[in-house]
Amino acid sequence: MIDAALLIAALAVALALLLNLYRLAKGPDMVDRVLALDTLTVNAIALVVVIDMALGPQTYFEAALIMAMFGFVSTVAFCKFMLRGDIIE
Amino acid sequence: MIEILVELVITLLLLAGSFFLLVGSIGLAKLPSLVQRLHAPTKSTTLGIGGLLVASMLHAWLLEDRFSVHEVLITLFLFLTAPITAHMLAKARLLRSRAEAESLPPTGRQVGWATLDAGEPRPDGT
Repeated sequence: MIDAALLIAALAVALALLLNLYRLAKGPDMVDRVLALDTLTVNAIALVVVIDMALGPQTYFEAALIMAMFGFVSTVAFCKFMLRGDIIE
Repeated sequence: MIEILVELVITLLLLAGSFFLLVGSIGLAKLPSLVQRLHAPTKSTTLGIGGLLVASMLHAWLLEDRFSVHEVLITLFLFLTAPITAHMLAKARLLRSRAEAESLPPTGRQVGWATLDAGEPRPDGT
């Protein structure tokens, strides 16, 4: 039962990733694209979690934690660049 | 019997978490304006990934006899940073688009909205 649920969860997260790519390509403003990148990061973390559950007791959570941190810092850096034109003043 | 119950709980949490992730991304792809598009991914994907991480914690604890708190760290981090990113993206939208900034209602006070007035001298001279 858990294997089927893991497969469905992985398919749902993959579909969510494709929808984020669509918004990344289409978004008329730059803010749309930054939001799509941030959501792509969160969905990638979800995919790492699902794969970790499926492949047994190996630890992929450090990768997920690092991706979360980098995603947040890069989103804030993009926003600062859009607001001020410079990241480190 | 108890194994079936444990598997059922983990399965339900997995399905609910991935459903909310999908709903958040569908909202990001389909909603018409940017300010509406800020709601869907920040709230719904945070809830979905919280559900997935609780499922992972239960899976590690009940089926593999391994007590891990890494997932709590990731959840805490995402709960703390999702509002910050939403706030900064909304501010970037407000300051980049003049039509959006002029459509705000008047404040009814001497000073205007703080985020639009930053950097200008106040009416009393300070």
